[in-house]
Amino acid sequence: MAGVSAGDAAVARFEARYRAEARRKALITAVGTSLFLAAFVASAIVGEIDPARFVAGLPNIIDYVARTLPPLSRDTPLADLGEWFWAIDVWLLLLADTVLMAIVGTLAGAGGAFLFCFHAAQNLAPNGWSFFIARRSFEIARTVPELVFALIFVYAFGPGPFAGVLAIAIHSAGALGKLFAEANENADPRPIEALAAAGATWSETMRFAVLPQTLPDLLSYGLLRFEINVRAASVLGIVGAGGIGEELYLVVRRFLYADISAIVLLILLTVAIIDLVCERLRKGLIAPGERAATR
Amino acid sequence: MIRAAHPRVFARPLGERLRRATLLALAGLVLAIALWRVLPDWEAFVSGLGKLGFLVRFMIPPTHGGHLPQLLEGLAETLAMAFLGTLLAATVAVPLGFLGARNVVPVGLFHFGIRRLFDGLRGIDSLIWAIVFVAAVGMGPFAGILAIAVPDAGTLAKLFAEAIENVEKRQLEGVEAAGGTPVERARFGILPQVLPIMLANVLYFFESNTRSATILGVVGAGGIGLQLAERIRLDDWQEVAFIILLILLTVSVIDWASGRLRRRIILP
Repeated sequence: MAGVSAGDAAVARFEARYRAEARRKALITAVGTSLFLAAFVASAIVGEIDPARFVAGLPNIIDYVARTLPPLSRDTPLADLGEWFWAIDVWLLLLADTVLMAIVGTLAGAGGAFLFCFHAAQNLAPNGWSFFIARRSFEIARTVPELVFALIFVYAFGPGPFAGVLAIAIHSAGALGKLFAEANENADPRPIEALAAAGATWSETMRFAVLPQTLPDLLSYGLLRFEINVRAASVLGIVGAGGIGEELYLVVRRFLYADISAIVLLILLTVAIIDLVCERLRKGLIAPGERAATR
Repeated sequence: MIRAAHPRVFARPLGERLRRATLLALAGLVLAIALWRVLPDWEAFVSGLGKLGFLVRFMIPPTHGGHLPQLLEGLAETLAMAFLGTLLAATVAVPLGFLGARNVVPVGLFHFGIRRLFDGLRGIDSLIWAIVFVAAVGMGPFAGILAIAVPDAGTLAKLFAEAIENVEKRQLEGVEAAGGTPVERARFGILPQVLPIMLANVLYFFESNTRSATILGVVGAGGIGLQLAERIRLDDWQEVAFIILLILLTVSVIDWASGRLRRRIILP
């Protein structure tokens, strides 16, 4: 008899626990749902979302896209293509500039990140304050958007690719610095201990114990960043910081519809080619950072 | 002895050395051209540095200049744009992701086409979409929401499709063996497996969209960016510094909150 009642008690305990857990789950779901709905309503009010305007805007968008389609006819496809890409020489030069901006910006940014990435690694930093300064600088450099840096540099250095390169470099230094530091933190500690035991200085330890382990990661991250920076460089021209973006902004504001689609297509092609080349190069190294690759 | 065992390490064959030298020379040439195209002349550089120094001096101390309500409104608009844009992108990306998964729609040509569509959407930066949408539907946060939603719908759909392609087959087969329809297979065989990945990705994109939404205002698509661009045009550097600090603070708070939520979703 005692065994049965003990069993009943266990069942009762289980059921009480189950009910409590179910209540907790329901409460979390209810709170989460109401928070989500509140955020949605608040956003809709602040974002001036008007279903009527949305419905009215939809045909406008479709119409706009339809207008950018080039007038290609079946009789004279080549001539039409020539007409569509009538300024191809100018555009290709601007695209080349865009890619060159990305190259210099990425190299400069990666250099900056490399200089301080050992200080920004928690287990490698020679002292507390250099760790703190390196971490915070990287954080600020990557949180301020590229375009804000570009706006400021265009004001200081005047319009042109140099402002864009500086903006890309600073933002890349911040983003890469964090990734580099994390790669360094994950390095195998045994070679580091070995070098320390052999009496190496801090910089010798970094050079001969950490760098050989992490260099493929760093290069791979750098290539990923280059892909991202080509995209970034293609829009910096909108604020006057060089590259194809300025031309694109111009044709959009002048409603030169066919030119818009031509330039956008060229940007897409360039980005795709760069991505392909970088992917092949990266396969030769190794491929960390899946998440970063998607943006 | 080591030299005898590994001759290639000590004396690389001529062909390999030539190829390396050519590659290096090519890289150097590209770099030289790049520097020639992007570097300003010395005088412009020096005067620019001087101006930059002035700017930084003018930025201190950062003040809101009595426009705090206006700035906070812009910031709220930025957050609203990021939220609604991400939500819209996720809503569109779920069905697109299912359509783009090889194990849901096993038609090679369709798969190829829809994947290229995703690539096309995400290959264009949200700022380009913003200038296009501002021209199409007018200035304001609506253009910004669309500018965030369109490229992200492409990226999220690609990520969702990849997650769906990687699901455990046995659960799908189980639903199929129990007589499930295709819709039921997707609902009970696939969705429970990919939902956490989807949610985590959407949250990650919300974080990153908070950053992108801060600048869309520069081209007139709503949010704090408009205020920022205006202050720069008006030479109001103290307020510029204040707005940048405001952006830094907001982005950090969103990152922190969303990061916590993401870790809870992935590791329950």
